[in-house]
This record gives sequence, C-alpha cells and structure tokens, in this order.
Amino acid sequence: MTHKPKLKLATTSLAGCFGCHMSFLDMDERIVELLEHIEFDRSPFTDIKQLDHCDIGLIEGGVCNAENVHVLRTYRANCRILVAVGACAINGGVPALRNHFSLKECLEEAYVKTPDMINPHIPDDPELPLLLDKVYPVHEVVKIDYFLPGCPPSADTFYRFLSELIEGKEPQIGKVELRYD
Amino acid sequence: MVTEPESKFIRIDDQEIPFVHGQTIMDATLAAGVYIPHLCHFPGITPQGNCKLCTVEVDGKPLAACTSPAAAGQRIRNNTPELNESRKALTQMLFIEGNHICPSCEKTGNCPLQAMAYHLGMLHGHFPAQFPVREVDASHPTIMLDRDRCILCSLCVRASREVDGKNVFAIAGRGTHASLIVNTANGKLVDSDIEPSDLAARICPVGAILIKEHGYDAPIGKRIFDQHKINEIGLEKIYIAGAKSDDS
Repeated sequence: MTHKPKLKLATTSLAGCFGCHMSFLDMDERIVELLEHIEFDRSPFTDIKQLDHCDIGLIEGGVCNAENVHVLRTYRANCRILVAVGACAINGGVPALRNHFSLKECLEEAYVKTPDMINPHIPDDPELPLLLDKVYPVHEVVKIDYFLPGCPPSADTFYRFLSELIEGKEPQIGKVELRYD
Repeated sequence: MVTEPESKFIRIDDQEIPFVHGQTIMDATLAAGVYIPHLCHFPGITPQGNCKLCTVEVDGKPLAACTSPAAAGQRIRNNTPELNESRKALTQMLFIEGNHICPSCEKTGNCPLQAMAYHLGMLHGHFPAQFPVREVDASHPTIMLDRDRCILCSLCVRASREVDGKNVFAIAGRGTHASLIVNTANGKLVDSDIEPSDLAARICPVGAILIKEHGYDAPIGKRIFDQHKINEIGLEKIYIAGAKSDDS
C-alpha cells in the first residue's frame, strides 16, 4: 500500500457552544485511527492560532460578529474543503434566537437592565469584535462544500464523513444520521 | 367521439391503482398505500393545495395531487428525482421563511415538517434565512401559539371549522404578509373557544400550536419519527395522539 500524505484538518467554533467539538471527541479511540490519515492544524484541540493551507476545515457555529466573518473567510481562503458543522453553522441555531430582537435590545437586556449590575453600560472596548445585526448561517457568508446537520452531528457522522473523505469518496449523509436536533 | 376508458384506474410511477368517482389523486394513492409527500393534507379534511409538496406530473402537467380529481387513464409521475428536488426546495423555503430552530423546539422528533426534510435529504436551507419576527400568543392557559413555526398549511383553520364546529383560526394577508390569526375581538387565543381536545389544537404539523405542559414528555428515541418514517401511510392518528401524550 502506498503511503499517502496525511490530510490537514482545521476546526473552529464561531457562534456555537463547542458541542460539535465535544461530539467530535466522542469518536473516542477512533480518533487515533483517524490520526494515521489526518493531522490537525488550527483547532481548539491543538491551540494552534494560525491557519496553514488545509485540506478540510470544519466550521462550528453561526456568524454573529466581525471576528467570525474574518475567521470564516480565512478558513475559506485556506481550506480546500469547507464543512458547515451543526445546526448553528447551518441555520443560525439557538444563537439565532436573538434575531427576534434588535441588537440594541439584546445589549441593553444583558448589560443595562440586568438587576444588580454595577456600572451598567454597554461594553465599548475597541478590542471587542463588533456584533452583526443578526446571527447568520455560514453559507450566507462564504461558499460551503458540505453540511453536517445535527445539534450536534453524532460522532458516527463525523467518523463516516472523514473516513469517506480519506478514502477519496464523495461523502454521503445517510438518512439514519440525518437529524437536526 | 372520445369515450372514457371503462376501467377506473390511474397509473402512478408504473403502478396501476384503482379509484372511485370523486376521489382525488391523493385519496386514491393513500388508499392504495402509495405515498405522495404532503404536509397540508389530512384525510377527512377538505384539501386546499397550500404546501404544493404533493405536486405530481399528471400527463406531463404539474398538479397538486390533493386537489386534483383522479380520472381514468391518468399517467402520473410521483417519486422522481426532479419532483423530489422541487419538493426539497419547497421544504427549504418553508424552513427559511420561518424560525425553525429544531434543537430548541419541543416538537422536534414529532414534527412532520422536520421528518419531511429528513425524507427529502435536506442538509441545509439553501436560501437566505429570513428570520421573521412574528407574534407569540401564550395567552391561553393550555394552548400555545408560536407563529414563528407556522407554515400556513391552514390545517388548524379547516379542522376548527369542519371538525370542531368552531371558527377559531383564519389566514389573514397575502404572500409574505400572510399570517395565522385568531378570530376573537383582541386576536388572542385566550378569548377563543378552543380546547386542548379540539382537532385544531392537535393537528398542527409543526410546533406552531402546542398543548402546554406536555413538552418533552417523550424522550429522544421514543418520539414519533424516531420510530416511524414520514412516508408511512396512516400516521395521522399517531400525530394527533402525540400532540397530547397523556392520551397515549
């Protein structure tokens, strides 16, 4: 068997809860098996801060602020295959529940109207990324190649998807694995 | 002179099925155990052709199966890749035109819209999400109305009028301004005569009308579409029972 170079995999979480990353880890010892074929680049698993050119980028979470847009565009520019992972990346998910309200209402509720606040005011530190008016699905900002639905997608879904990519097949989401919750 | 063929059969995807005078294509196919995807149709309630998921090609022409009468000799295409792609696009539109956040919805697992999307292999909404802001009516002590999830199928409107003998709901407005309204002076559900046992309160195919205090009664794995597929014929009784789980 010829020795193929390992695929480079990067992951990130935008406006998400890291549940998709936790589900990825639920592959347990199968991750060791995958590591014979893939290596991690930038990811919360590696704590690498800079993104190199990668084969696969997994995006968890929707797009809620300017930094999310920047990170997402960086992933698109550097990843051959970009994957929207989980409900938040695909349709905004639970963070998109804030889309019912204006940004002003959200910020005032959190930082001004909350009882017992000391010095209630909306944070304005220039280092804080600017919030977008709404939480957006990632495919409304960049082109996405594959979608893994679920909240989160199961470990089996991750495993099968990555195994098929490693084998050079077109990944399919089976009807059993297709869940939105 | 053209004469009607004597046999009362229609042919759907190369399967010949019988029908009786007055049946629609949907009635005849359901009776024969053939599934045509649908969300706004419910046996025994006057069809309205709202969702258009049941669009089939009848002698090459697209028609809603729920409102089109069966006629002898019709050649119908139903389960084709083209029609199912169109149905998927329609389902995607239903998702993006409302706020269908499955992980936070108590109807998840019991929701025919969600199950339809699974059936059609929908992986994403495709179209730009509209995130509409719609009014929630929690005024009634036992029934909740969350318009975020309403797909304007009008099953509740028809069930209330035709089965419950009431007139609780109506669709007001047109196009993107259409919305489900309550026929009371202040538009609130609390002033209506709806009751949890009414069909209108239990027929909703999404989580727009919910019976309060029954959310998440069934754990994941025990919900309707954990155990059934949307293309099984005759699930309606299970939907209705599932809408109020202490009956089951």
